Amino acid sequence: MAQLTMIQAITEALRTELKADENVLLFGEDVGANGGVFRATEGLHKEFGEERVFDTPLAESGIGGLAIGLALTGFRPIMEIQFFGFLFEVMDSVSGQLARMSFRTGGHFNAPVTIRAPFGGGVATPEMHADSLEGLVAAQPGLTVVIPSTPYDAKGLLISAIRDDNPVIFLEHMKLYRSFRQEVPEEEYTIPLGKADVKREGTDLTIIAYGAMVQESLKAAEALEKEEYSVEVIDLRTIQPLDIETIINSVEKTNRVIVVQEAQRQAGIAANVVAEITERAILSLEAPVLRVTAPDTVYPFAAGENTWLPNAKDIAAKAKEVLTF
Amino acid sequence: MVAKKGNQYDPVKALQLIESQFDMVQILNEEGKIVDKDLDPKLPDEELVELMTRMVYTRILDQRSISLNRQGRLGFYAPTAGQEASQLASQYVLEKEDFILPGYRDVPQLLFHGWPLDMAFLWSRGHYEGSVIPDGLNIFPPQIIIGAQYIQAAGVGLGYKKKGKKAVVITYTGDGGTSQGDFYEGLNFAGAYKVPAIFIIQNNQYAISTHRDVQTAAKTLAQKGVAAGVPSVLVDGMDPLAVYVATRDARERAINGDGPTLIETMCYRYGPHTMAGDDPTRYRTSDIDSEWEKRDPIVRFRTYLEGKGIWSKEQEEKVIERAKEEIKEAIKKADAAPKQKASDFMKIMYKGDLPFNLQEQLDVYVGKESN
Repeated sequence: MAQLTMIQAITEALRTELKADENVLLFGEDVGANGGVFRATEGLHKEFGEERVFDTPLAESGIGGLAIGLALTGFRPIMEIQFFGFLFEVMDSVSGQLARMSFRTGGHFNAPVTIRAPFGGGVATPEMHADSLEGLVAAQPGLTVVIPSTPYDAKGLLISAIRDDNPVIFLEHMKLYRSFRQEVPEEEYTIPLGKADVKREGTDLTIIAYGAMVQESLKAAEALEKEEYSVEVIDLRTIQPLDIETIINSVEKTNRVIVVQEAQRQAGIAANVVAEITERAILSLEAPVLRVTAPDTVYPFAAGENTWLPNAKDIAAKAKEVLTF
Repeated sequence: MVAKKGNQYDPVKALQLIESQFDMVQILNEEGKIVDKDLDPKLPDEELVELMTRMVYTRILDQRSISLNRQGRLGFYAPTAGQEASQLASQYVLEKEDFILPGYRDVPQLLFHGWPLDMAFLWSRGHYEGSVIPDGLNIFPPQIIIGAQYIQAAGVGLGYKKKGKKAVVITYTGDGGTSQGDFYEGLNFAGAYKVPAIFIIQNNQYAISTHRDVQTAAKTLAQKGVAAGVPSVLVDGMDPLAVYVATRDARERAINGDGPTLIETMCYRYGPHTMAGDDPTRYRTSDIDSEWEKRDPIVRFRTYLEGKGIWSKEQEEKVIERAKEEIKEAIKKADAAPKQKASDFMKIMYKGDLPFNLQEQLDVYVGKESN
C-alpha cells in the first residue's frame, strides 16, 4: 500500500474509474494537459487522451450544461468546478437542472454526474474560493453531497460517487489536499455514500463534524483525553443525506453532543444534525446539543481567516461546556 | 506583428460590415410567391402538403388549447399562433435520432417528433406522467429557465459527436433568451467543440412585454453567432420554406462535422406570452398585430399551395376536423390519468435504493396513501 495525500488519492480514484468505464468523461477548466490547478487530474489527459479528459472554455454554467447534455447522451460525466466559490455561476445547472433531471422526466433520464470542487479555508486564497457553500447544495433535493476528510475515504467515496446514478457533489477541502498522508490501497474499493464513520470511539461525548473540522475535532478529543474525557468523533462524510443511524447510536451511548462545521452558523448542516437528534433522541440527552461554527459573516479576506475559522481549541471549549452542563 | 493603421482600425466600420451580412432571407413572400428561385428547396408536393397540414393542425391546437385553458381544463400554456413556420418547418428537417431541447413554447415540435398529445396535456396540467419521456424519443421536456437549453444542447451535441452518431441536437429560445449568459456560453461551447447543433432564436419581437429593441444594441440577433465563430443566418420566420432551407443546411453542415449553426427566425406571436394573465394590449397596438398578420405563415403557404393546385378548402377542413377529434381524444386520455401521489414523487426523484431518511419519508406517505 502506498502512502498518499488526499489529492493523490483523488487522482487514483479518477484513474480507476476512467479505466473501468469508457463512458466516464472528465472535464473542467485546466484539467487537461495542466492536470488541474491543484494537480488533481495530473497525468490523466496523457493517459486517457483528449476524448476522455479535456479542458473547457472558461464558463462554469456552460460546464454544467455540458455535463447535463453528455449525461442525456449516455455518458457518466465528472465535471470540475475549479473552486466551489464559483458555484453561483453554475447554480441553475446544479440545483435547477441536474438535481431535477430524473424528476422532471418521470425517472426516464438520470444524471449520473459527479461534480468535483475544491473548497474550504486556511490556505490563503483570494475571495470566493474558500467559502463553505455546501449548505446551498445540501438544501436541494436530488443532490447527494459528499465531503471526505482523509485520503483513504476520498478514494473510496469518489469511486462510489462516480458510480452513483444520481448527481453527486464531491467537495474537496483544500487544506486537506496535502496536509497528511495515509495508507491507501492501490486496488479499487468503494465506501458507501450516506454512511458516516466513527473516526474515534469514546463514551463521554460525541463530536459530529465533516471536512477539515474532523481533524480539528480529533485534536480536540486528544486534548480532552488528557483531562480524562473519553470523546467520540463522527465524520459525517456524506452531509446529504445524513447517516442518522450512526449519529443516533452514538448519541444514545454518550448522551452529550456537539456539532462542528466550518461554515457560518446560519442555516447550516450542523442545524440539520441538531434537529435530527432532538427529534429522535431527546430523551437520551444529558445536555443541550451545542454547535461550533464560524460567525455569520461572509468568508473573510485571507489574512483574517484564522480568526474566523473554528479550531481545535474552540471545539474543546464547547465540548467542556456540554461535558460540565 | 506590426500594427496596421488606417482602414484596419475602424471599429465602427467593422461592426457595420458584420451587420450588413445579415439581411433577412426570404424564399416565399407574404403573397405566397417564390421570390428566391435559387434557394427554393423544391420540396415534392406531398411534403409541401404535409408541412401545411402540420401548420394548420398546430393553429387549431393553439386555438383549442387557449379555450381549454380558459375552461380550466389545461394548465400552463404558451400560445404558438404566428410561429408555426418557425417551429414546424425547422422540426420538419429532423430525423428520429435528432434531439430536441425545447423552450416552453416549443410543444408543437415535440408533438411532431413523437411526444403523444395526451402527455403534452398532462405536462401542461402539471402531472408528472406527461414528462415520462417514452423510450427512444429524443426530447427533453420544455425548458422553463431561459437559456438553460442552450448550454445543454452543447453537451448533447458533444455527446453525439463523441459517440460518432450521425444526428444533431436542435434547441430553441426567443429574442429575450439571447440576452442570457447561457445563450452565449452554449453557442461558444458548441463552436469551440464543433458539435452537431442547431441553435434557433425565434424572434417573436417580445420577451413577455419587453420589445426586442430593448434587449440589445445588435442590429440582428443572428449576428450574435459571429462572436462565437458560429455560422449564422437571419430568415423570415413566417416563411416556411426559408426556415426549412436554413435548418436543412444547418443540419447537413452539422452531420458533415462542420459544427453548429445559429438561425434567427423573424416572427411574431399573435397571442399573449402565456395564458397566465399576460395582456398584450399593454405593450403593443392592434396596428402592429395586423401588420404582422399580413405576413401570416399559413395564409402565404395556403396561397402558394393552392396556386400549385395541391391544397383545397376541403383538405384544410379535413385537417381541422382531425385535429379537433384528436384533441378531444387526448383530453379524454389525460383526464383518465391517476391522481399524483407524494410517494410517486419520491420514487421518480432518485435512482437506486433510497437512503434511510428518504425511505422513512416514503414509508410515511405510502402509509397515508393506503388509508
